[in-house]
Amino acid sequence: MSDFVKELKVVENPKEDGADQEVLPFSEYYCGAKPQSVSPAAGKIVQKFFNWAQAQSLWVLGFGTGCGAIEIPPLYTSRYDVSRYGIFPRPTPRQASVFIISGYASVKTLKRIIRSYEQMQNPKFVMGLGSCTINGGMYFDSYNTINRLDQYLPVDVYVAGCMPRPEALIAGFDKLKERIKAGRAEGANDYAENLEWYKANQKKVIKNWDMPDYNW
Amino acid sequence: MDDLIKRIETKFTILDKKHQRDDLVFLTMEKSHVVDVLTCLRDTEGFRHLVMISAVDYIEYDVFQLTYLVHSYERHVDLGICLNVDRNNPVMDSIHHLWAGAQVYQREIKEMYGIDFPESPRVDEPMILEGWDDIPPLRRDFDTKKYAEETFFPREGRKTHDPRKVMEEQLYPHESKVKYEIKRLVRGNRNHS
Repeated sequence: MSDFVKELKVVENPKEDGADQEVLPFSEYYCGAKPQSVSPAAGKIVQKFFNWAQAQSLWVLGFGTGCGAIEIPPLYTSRYDVSRYGIFPRPTPRQASVFIISGYASVKTLKRIIRSYEQMQNPKFVMGLGSCTINGGMYFDSYNTINRLDQYLPVDVYVAGCMPRPEALIAGFDKLKERIKAGRAEGANDYAENLEWYKANQKKVIKNWDMPDYNW
Repeated sequence: MDDLIKRIETKFTILDKKHQRDDLVFLTMEKSHVVDVLTCLRDTEGFRHLVMISAVDYIEYDVFQLTYLVHSYERHVDLGICLNVDRNNPVMDSIHHLWAGAQVYQREIKEMYGIDFPESPRVDEPMILEGWDDIPPLRRDFDTKKYAEETFFPREGRKTHDPRKVMEEQLYPHESKVKYEIKRLVRGNRNHS
């Protein structure tokens, strides 16, 4: 935690008296609690039903990180129309359940990716799109682009290609649905259980860490 | 174009001239003259458009070469003004008072090459390299591959099985061993000479 977050910030009081108000951003704007892993529902049949329901409505966060973002609009529009499969874009991480990391992620973007991912609510799934998220792709020796996404976030499905076409994305969504129905898409629980390991990796590359450890 | 260069030559010393095309000429100037040349070009010769500022790291000559490319809408010609900055003391005068857009290029060059432009607005703020603590990454003595391997957890590559080599090793083990040993020696000699 840097001094940027620790220090007091004075903001103007919106009330009528006009007096300034002191705010501690670290404790007042963010929830300090760590994430907890969610245990499966009591009954096997109930859990199966939950998984089936989750697989049928995947809401995707509208966050394009790299060149792969160009493949997302045709996916939603009339030609490939993934709303047939219950897949739908959402504007905010609070309403989304699938995070598509579409292409290369620079270190500056990775910081925003982590914030958005942590703001998403359970159940949440991550899909890595393109070679860049798998092994760095053509940016394997770049000074500013991460090589393996699964060191920083729990990835459920990778879609290989440079760039993968929208059909490949639909195949990836099919794979993700299979995993959810089989109860194997436990990325959020994995993230909660191995938070220290993920945070150590994230802080190794994000050198100006000026946000809380877990912000949501 | 020639009359323009002659007119510039009367006022400033031109160290080097390079006619790239009919409508593109690069002039190398003294570092201390460049801001005056650009002011003159903008105000009296009609070069109103700053196309870009670029930097090249000539580590073998121990200099950075800066190029200011300006464009004239009346003549439809581009003029590049080049200068050399000492690599050990990389400081250049800012031209944000001539073109406000220059501050973005100067910020970027400061970040990527470490060439300082004092008094340029927000020149010290990072553009993409937030919290960078190494030498500037586009300098040629910065080893990007080594840095990436140390920082970004590279994934080990797949094994390749060339079908021809595999079958040769299965069917004729001794002959293939001799063949590839000869190939290795020949290739080694070729690299040495």
